[in-house]
Formats: sequence, C-alpha cells, structure tokens
Amino acid sequence: MTEIFGVPIQALFGQLLIGLINGSFYAVLSLGLAIIFGLLNIINFAHGAQYMMGAFLAWIGMTFLGVNYWWALMLSPLAVGVTGVIIERTMLRWLYRLDHLYGLLLTFGLALIVEGLFRYKFGISGESYPVPETLAGGINLGFMFLPKYRAWVVVASLVVCFVTWYVIERSKLGSYLRAGTENPQLLQAFGVNVPLMITLTYGYGVALAAFAGVLAAPIFNVNPVMGSNLIIVVFAVVVIGGMGSIMGSIVTGIGLGLIEGVVKSGMVANLLGAIFDEVPIVGSIVYPVKLLFSPEASAVTIFVIMAIVLLLRPAGLFGRER
Amino acid sequence: MPSAAAEYLRVTDLHAFYGESHILHGVDFTVNRGEVVTLLGRNGAGRTTTLRAILGLVGSRSGSIMVNGVEAIHLPPHRIAYLGIGYCPEERGIYASLTCEENLLLPPVVRSGGMSLDEIYQMFPNLKERRSSQGTRLSGGEQQMLAVARILRTGAQLLLLDEISEGLAPVIVQALARMVRMLKDKGYTIIMVEQNFRFAAPLADRHYIMERGKVVEEIPAPQLESRMDMLHEYLGV
Repeated sequence: MTEIFGVPIQALFGQLLIGLINGSFYAVLSLGLAIIFGLLNIINFAHGAQYMMGAFLAWIGMTFLGVNYWWALMLSPLAVGVTGVIIERTMLRWLYRLDHLYGLLLTFGLALIVEGLFRYKFGISGESYPVPETLAGGINLGFMFLPKYRAWVVVASLVVCFVTWYVIERSKLGSYLRAGTENPQLLQAFGVNVPLMITLTYGYGVALAAFAGVLAAPIFNVNPVMGSNLIIVVFAVVVIGGMGSIMGSIVTGIGLGLIEGVVKSGMVANLLGAIFDEVPIVGSIVYPVKLLFSPEASAVTIFVIMAIVLLLRPAGLFGRER
Repeated sequence: MPSAAAEYLRVTDLHAFYGESHILHGVDFTVNRGEVVTLLGRNGAGRTTTLRAILGLVGSRSGSIMVNGVEAIHLPPHRIAYLGIGYCPEERGIYASLTCEENLLLPPVVRSGGMSLDEIYQMFPNLKERRSSQGTRLSGGEQQMLAVARILRTGAQLLLLDEISEGLAPVIVQALARMVRMLKDKGYTIIMVEQNFRFAAPLADRHYIMERGKVVEEIPAPQLESRMDMLHEYLGV
C-alpha cells in the first residue's frame, strides 16, 4: 500500500475529507459570525445554539410534520433567521452603544437558555436524521470512497460562502454593508435605513448558522449541545482569520479544517519525527511540538495555531489593525 | 422679508444634547432657496453640532426644523435625507472599504434632478481617473472633491458643507470656491461651516455668528465690511 510519511494514502484522504467537511462548517459558521461582528459589533455567542436549532428544526419538521430534507434546508434557516430578527429588535438593539462584553454576555445567556430548553424537551442522547435518498450511497474514486452526502455538504457550503462574499464585496447592497460597518451614522444621514439593515444582517448571519445545522443533521448526532461543542473551535477560527474579515473567515475555516485532518492522520507528527528525531538537542526541543501535532492532540491543534497567530499577528491573518 | 415659499430651512429654538452635555441652547436661523449661508464662530461654538442636529445625528434634540415645509425634528436620519438634504461631514467620511466610484455611488438618490455620473466626472476629472482606487488612497483634495461630489448625484437641493476648505492647499481651496459658486448658480441652497473666513466671505449671501450654542448675530454680505470689527471680536482673530 502507498504511504506518505508513514500514513497509508487511504487514511490520509479519509482524514482530509473529514477535515474538508469540518472546514466547511467552520467556514459557514465563522462567516456568519464575521458578518454579525462587522455590522453589529456584537460577538454572537448564541451562534452555536442557533446552529443546533437549525438541525433540530429540520429533525422536528421531518419527524412530526413530514417536511423533507430539501424543504428543511430552506425553511429551517428562515425560521431561525426570524427568531434572530426578533432577538435583534427586542434585545441586541439596546447594547450597540455599550462595550462588546454586554452583547457577548447577552448572547451567551440566550445560548444557555435555548440549549437548556432543548435539553429539557428532547434529552441529551440525541436524534438521528437520515441522509436524503438522492444523496445516499457514494462514489468510488479509485483511491477512496466518497459518500455523496459529504460531497454535497462541501459544495453547498462553498457555494453559500462565495455567494455571500460576492454580494458583500461586489454588489451595491454589499457597498451599503461595508459602509455600514465602517461609519453607520454617515450612511444613515445619506438616507439608508441602517437600523433595518442591521436587523436583516443579524437575521442572515443567524440563518447561515441554521443552514449549517441542517447540513450537519445527517452527519452528526442531532442533540442540544452539538452547537456548543463546535462553536468554541469556530471562535478560534474567527480569531485566527481576523475578526470581521469575510474572505478571511472562509479561507481560514476551510484551511484549518484541512490542517486538523492532516494532523489527525499522523502525518505532521511523523514528518517532524523523520526530520528532527535523529538530530541531537534539536530533536528534544522539537519533541513537545511533535506531541502537540500528534493525532491524539488534534483537538487542540487549532488552539495552538491560534496562540501562534495571536503572538505574531494580533489582528489575525486577514484582519486589519484597528 | 423673504416669503415662506422661498424659505428652504427654518430652524427654531433648536436644542441638542450628547448624553448629559447640552450643546445647542436654542439655535434660530433661516436659509432661503438658492442662498449660500455660513455659520461662523469659534471652535466649540456649536456650528458642526448644528449641522448634525439638523440631520438627527446627535444624542437627542428638541425645537423645530422645518425643511421645505416639513417638520424634521422627530424623523430618523434616513428619512431626513429624503427631504432633500446632502451632507459633507468635516472629516469627509470617505469609506476605506469602498473604491472611489463606490463611494460616489453610495448615497441613495433622494430626489430626481441630481447630476449624472458623467456630469460629475466632467466636473471632477480627477475622480474619473481614480475611479477604481480605494477611497482613502485619494489625496486630501481629491477626497474632499469626492465627499462633495457624491451628494450632488442624489438630487439633494440643500447641501450642508462642514469645513470643506480645511487643511487643503490654496490652489485646491480656490477650486472649491469655484465649485461652490457654480453650485450656487445651479440653484443649490448651501450652508457652510467655515473656519477659513477669507474662503467663505466672498461666497456667502449671509453669515450667522454662533457663540456658546446659539446664533448671536446675522450679517448680510453687503454689511460685512462695516461690521468687521464686531466679527473679529466674536471670532477672536
């Protein structure tokens, strides 16, 4: 069997695919956070709960109302987006003039309440959501087996990310969004209804989270804490990419998912070992680094990268210093 | 007495606050259609705040602001723009995340009859040349041109220009003076806040002097020379 740095090629591609899937979720979720932070100046800690709500609404729709996957993919983000609009209108709106911390606390509190309610109603064990029939099965690529649904998740995420990027960076509506991020007061004095724009932006950011939740439902176990497990990593992604940068969050999301996959395959640790193990002194200095990038430690890889990026570029890879 | 029809803006007993601080203490003045009026005064007299209060960009405000016969005191800022007001802020407000042309096209059209993009490029050829540059990469003079040009597209008839000559080279200040004169000929109504009295004096029909959040004097242009002493006292020049 072909091996690359002691890793069977099938295993490597398998891990890369998992990395790509995770990266797609990181990208969609951190994109939503970036848009919300840009315009509202609020660190939306409820993002994980809203992702979970998206997945759960899809499951509830299918179980009790017979709503199929494709409808859920549209309706669930819409419904969660509406709850976002209500939250913005009734609560977040009062916090814009205050420090970031207040928005963070409010949304964190909301996340705890929402998760608590779902836990109370549906328990902690989780529900399973079947893969839609059209996307069941997979394709044999020769070097690996590619489940169709996973390919769909990657494609759908990338399309949503790049359409969002295009609208923000290239369209008239996007020029309002960018201007609103920079100097909302002046934009409003020009006649743009900035408060409405802020409300809809929060709704859209939240809907993106729910969209990711529906995409995730057939892959992961649908349970009340699925969001809080993921969101911590997503915040690390946002910090690495640079708060508020659109392209930064997409590229960093996918990139870190892939890096995580490569680390999980063991290739990085093997590579470091092959280069440095025989070198006296340096080998023992590199040893702890090798441990940090070993498959067993892959869960902390992103946080190690975050620490390094923060040391070298405090504003993040794509962020501008303010 | 100017007739009510010729009156474009009437500000009566305008008070404005930023949080706890009371900045304007009952400002009164009027601007007639087609007039160029300046607000003169020392720093901190409340001239910029007066413009911002007209637009609804202060913490809170009271009194009356009649724009073209419509009461604006209770309207949110985005509705006030649609009464036909264009604003060029002191710090120019050019957006760094937008190109020159995106900046130019940013303000929504609030009335028909604004200048077309072609007309604006004819008037400011530099902006055409630099249309795809990042807004804040433009020179100071170009940014000032852009800040004014973008409100000419919207059809706004009342222009609030805050310190447009500030910090610019004399040759650019001269170009701006020509521009203001041309806008006046086109029938625009203009309120200028100016520190540069030599720039403003030959352009304006009337001058209002502000002190401590109030209008304290009105000087029509023909009386300017005879009242220079008083003016100097107020401005401390």
